[in-house]
Amino acid sequence: MNELALAILLPTAAALLAIAMGPRARLLAAPVAALSLLIAIRIALDVPAELVLGGFAPPLGIRLRADGMAAAFLLMAALSGGAAALFALSWYGDGAERREPYAFWPLFHSANAAVLAMFLLDDLFSLYVALELVTVAGVGLVLLSGTPAALGAATRYLLFALGGSLAYLVGTALVFAAHGTLDIGLLKGALGPTPGMVVAAAAITLGLLVKSALVPFHVWLPPAHSAAPAPASAILSALVVKGSAYLLLRLWFELFPSLGLEGVLLMLGLLGSAGVLWASALAFRQQHLKRLIAYSTVAQLGYLLLALPLAGGSGPAQPWSAGAWSGAMFQALSHGLAKAAMFLSAGAMMRAAATDRIDALDGIGTALPIASFAFALAALSIMGLPPSGGFLAKYLLLTASFASGQWWWAIPLLGGGLLAAAYVFRPVERLMRPRPADQPPLKPVPRAMEIWPMILALLSIALGLLSLPLFELLQIGNPRAAVEGLG
Amino acid sequence: MSLFADPFAPLGAILIAVGLAGLVGGPDLIRRLIGFNVAGSGLFLLFGALSGRMRGEPLPTGPDPVPQAMIITGIVVALAATALGVGLARRLETDERPDE
Repeated sequence: MNELALAILLPTAAALLAIAMGPRARLLAAPVAALSLLIAIRIALDVPAELVLGGFAPPLGIRLRADGMAAAFLLMAALSGGAAALFALSWYGDGAERREPYAFWPLFHSANAAVLAMFLLDDLFSLYVALELVTVAGVGLVLLSGTPAALGAATRYLLFALGGSLAYLVGTALVFAAHGTLDIGLLKGALGPTPGMVVAAAAITLGLLVKSALVPFHVWLPPAHSAAPAPASAILSALVVKGSAYLLLRLWFELFPSLGLEGVLLMLGLLGSAGVLWASALAFRQQHLKRLIAYSTVAQLGYLLLALPLAGGSGPAQPWSAGAWSGAMFQALSHGLAKAAMFLSAGAMMRAAATDRIDALDGIGTALPIASFAFALAALSIMGLPPSGGFLAKYLLLTASFASGQWWWAIPLLGGGLLAAAYVFRPVERLMRPRPADQPPLKPVPRAMEIWPMILALLSIALGLLSLPLFELLQIGNPRAAVEGLG
Repeated sequence: MSLFADPFAPLGAILIAVGLAGLVGGPDLIRRLIGFNVAGSGLFLLFGALSGRMRGEPLPTGPDPVPQAMIITGIVVALAATALGVGLARRLETDERPDE
């Protein structure tokens, strides 16, 4: 069977089997994780690849397509998802038949399947279906604990996501009315700068901004990602919001360049910068660790929008515009790994301290050295310190901004790094303190729970060290606008 | 304006606006879900009306069936999302009044 179809079918089958298997669904986690990694590696080696479903070629049928960008995201999804699944085996360790693990496994695999579908599908309507699937699975993951906070967060998430889907579908309807097809391959370069297409692009962008929790539509993310259990938060931040951000970048670089919207590029860049600075500032003020990490997700996603103005312009910007696009890709990939590592290590710390308040984290550095080290390593990538993948991403964006003469983008790039250092310092400093006698003793945590965040954190550092193969993978089949610039 | 020569497309647009006002305005969850459904209906109406024409001219072989399939898919997806929302609303209601 073609590996593109297998990549999506495997987690879908796992989700259905998990419902049937009940408490024994945990047996599926390790084989599915291993197989999805193998499939992702196979796709990365075979790229570019295409599969026309059912033999019906577009515009009648739909198509799965894997280029370098999709393959890289598939690898990141397999790694983060696999580590989160194996972490969840220890998190729900006793295997007793309870509601939460029974609901977790099908939702986890469904979210995985939907996100992989988003990376591989190639027409706007199937992507809408994948977006909705991601939303439903994501809302389910947030609801797992059943607390009133989780219910409120999930309701807000659902409402924002529904608004986003409506906007996206309005844009899709307008594009179909004008062109009679929704296949991205067939639409490339065909969208002319007519008012109808500008409205369609605006509607689609608005929908995807809401779904990716970019400022000013970010309000739903921190409560939702902090209310979910740790393995669910890991894939919510690493994969679920990444799917719509991936789609936003793909559409802007493949479909919208012919619309001539330079002013909009500046506005989107400003929104991204505002997100980086504002969310980082809010992260600094948080008292709970998971909510701090969730605000950090909002901030890091803002960096992705900076690729749009930096890839645009003409003249001196042109030779460097490949830098901005690659920078955004590295940012998304390394953030996926590092954020999953942070949430998983935060989960281990919460299990030990029975709370996620930052001022209760004293002494965990000695009790859980591996998890604390993983947290700090992942923080390196978030801050953008060498030699991590996050550093490479921010470095590429910085050089693009200086080379194109748009030096002002360096302010959010550097300011975001400084603020990240500030908000990461508070929990890391607490971890190193000795535990005072008046705080309850730390509970033991299985070693397996610490290993998985460590592996992910090491991978996010490795992304910076072994970046050349990844860079070459990303260039396979990359959109022309990534090299020549938008607009 | 030839794209809107029949009344269904502008009506769809008006319904989308009304539904969005409900979704954003609230104030309670059920009203937002109803707003979402009204907007969804308007969207599907818009989609169907626009699909009967191509670049403003009626299609020579009749309306295009592909967008009709997309509309049906969209209705089902909206139904599933609404069901999730209604389930959430029921649970929120039960939590507020645990003794009922």
